[in-house]
Amino acid sequence: MNKPIFQISPGFEEIMPPEYRDLVANGPYGKGFGVGDLGAYKELVEEHPLCAGCGLALSIRLALASLPNPEDTVVVGSTGCSSLVFPQVALHNIHSLFGNQNAVASGLKRALKLRFPDKEKDVVVIAGDGATADIGLDMVMQSWFRRERITTIMLDNEAYANTGGQESGMSRQGTVLNMAPTGKKFPKASIPEVAQAAGCAYVAATSPAHPKKLEKAVRRAVLIAREVGPTYIQLLSPCPTNYKFKPHETIPLIKQREKEGTFQNQEYISEEAQRFLDSLEEARKK
Amino acid sequence: MIEQKVVTPEYLFFEAERKKQLMTGSEAVREAIRKANVDMAISYPITPQSESMHLVGDIFAEGYVKEYFRGENEFAVMSSVAGAAMAGVRVFTATGGPGTMRAFEVFPTWAGARLPIVCAFMTRGVNSPLTIQPDTIEMAYLLETGMLMLHAETAQDLHDMILKAFIVAEKTDVHVPVGVFADGFFVTHTKETLEIPEPNIKLPSYNPYSSPVPPMDMENVPVRQMRDPFVMKSNFISYAAHASWQQEVDAAAERSRKYLETYLGGLLETENEDADVLLVTSGTAVCQSREAMAIARAQGLSVGLVKLKSIRPFPTEEIRALATRARAIIVPEFNRVGWLAKEIKSVIDEPRKVVGAPRVYGGMTMPPEIILDEIRRVTR
Repeated sequence: MNKPIFQISPGFEEIMPPEYRDLVANGPYGKGFGVGDLGAYKELVEEHPLCAGCGLALSIRLALASLPNPEDTVVVGSTGCSSLVFPQVALHNIHSLFGNQNAVASGLKRALKLRFPDKEKDVVVIAGDGATADIGLDMVMQSWFRRERITTIMLDNEAYANTGGQESGMSRQGTVLNMAPTGKKFPKASIPEVAQAAGCAYVAATSPAHPKKLEKAVRRAVLIAREVGPTYIQLLSPCPTNYKFKPHETIPLIKQREKEGTFQNQEYISEEAQRFLDSLEEARKK
Repeated sequence: MIEQKVVTPEYLFFEAERKKQLMTGSEAVREAIRKANVDMAISYPITPQSESMHLVGDIFAEGYVKEYFRGENEFAVMSSVAGAAMAGVRVFTATGGPGTMRAFEVFPTWAGARLPIVCAFMTRGVNSPLTIQPDTIEMAYLLETGMLMLHAETAQDLHDMILKAFIVAEKTDVHVPVGVFADGFFVTHTKETLEIPEPNIKLPSYNPYSSPVPPMDMENVPVRQMRDPFVMKSNFISYAAHASWQQEVDAAAERSRKYLETYLGGLLETENEDADVLLVTSGTAVCQSREAMAIARAQGLSVGLVKLKSIRPFPTEEIRALATRARAIIVPEFNRVGWLAKEIKSVIDEPRKVVGAPRVYGGMTMPPEIILDEIRRVTR
């Protein structure tokens, strides 16, 4: 515990819920933990409330475990399945509306910079594919155009899952979902390309099938967002409930998609971001 | 940028020496923000508001405001303003008419999240057909968003109300947004002589830890964590939590009355309040009504004026008392729907006393003669 706010006031130890006491005693704040430490500490997310086998739950768990400085990270979410998780996450987090997450994050990040000019306060947006690629795409892209120093993570389950499984811009062409009764008529949107063109200094597409890759992407994205510019990560997070597969098939399904070439892990690092990563590596060696 | 000394709000509002200056309403916004110790302002153009936020941009360039940018649309701007307020800074923006409509979904979330945002609304008509002309219809839509609503008659009011709005909005027992409304063009684009304090003084800065809800900065408790959160659950605790939260937002707005009494000198002000006929209105309809009152009184008619400064909270008891004595209440308005007449009818014992006329919209002006016509009709 490197900050007094994560301590319990004397005399209150016994009335605090056990999971909170556990968080105070064994939480990840200031410890520099990563996904390799999962199971050895009290995680930020408390008992996820999503469906069995939910790809989002896996992605959120791994993304939160990968944050380089959870004790100074504020998360902005959006409406959707993921908004059910955030009240149970032990970070300051905001739900405002559906789609306005990157606009909220822009104001938040700039204001935190004003209040804490000498301290890094990481702002990470974590929202679904509907929020990121459809209803909120203008604000997502505009935050990239303005070079806002925020990390945007899309949890891509290829549908509007919380409203009952409707087609989204990230659903694949031909998929039959609600509101696409005869199959989706246009291809899955390529947001990584959009992100790159719109000015992101770092772009990655990966999934919870590769926890180490996911961790590396999140750490790089957050660090680059501090120093260089906006960053974007897209996490394929399949939905067993709406795509009607068994909960234990989530990870095999991702691997099958990789094999058949319908999902590719990608990483783009701008020259400036690469120089920054190199400088970090240099500093680490010294 | 000149050196500014922090003074108490009371000193700035009531004691500081004021100098006469001729300026437009948009310039009055700039002079208010110059002294408001604002951390951040976010802009987006829309007629007739644009100039006010250009001018705020100018004083950002001079150093009076610490952060400023143009957002991508009003929905995004109101969202960014919310993010900034959640991070614990004093923030300002302005919009009007279709911009208000574009942003609408965000407004109730400001009050719900207890954000002390101050937003100026330079009111204008809404489409269709396309119009940029003065109209207060957007105020009808904003009545139940939980924000406090102050309505300026003049550029002087606009200047003073913006400064006072920050202080009322930020009181711990209030802590809800305040909209300061001015009739587009009539106030924003015309010049008048204001009496305002010199820019070498400013309000004290906002203390984010005076907020009744935690700023999102990872520097204060609680670091939210619940095993079984009440959002979006179908159980009684969930419904009760949401309902009591809404009641508390309403109660917070009610608690602003005592501060509005102190800083605005009351939610309304009157001239000749014992008259048989009262002209009751807000905004620039007040100036026109004052002209009409002067003509009517010169002709021997018993006419008084009630200027409403606060629309939310609504001066219910004050209006009820005034209405008891008056024979007729005439409510001139710059909109089609007559939202103010409806508000007044809903709080007085004899709603038939209310004449919801004249109503002027589509960009037309309100000559005193058409108010006089209504006075003659009720005194005939």
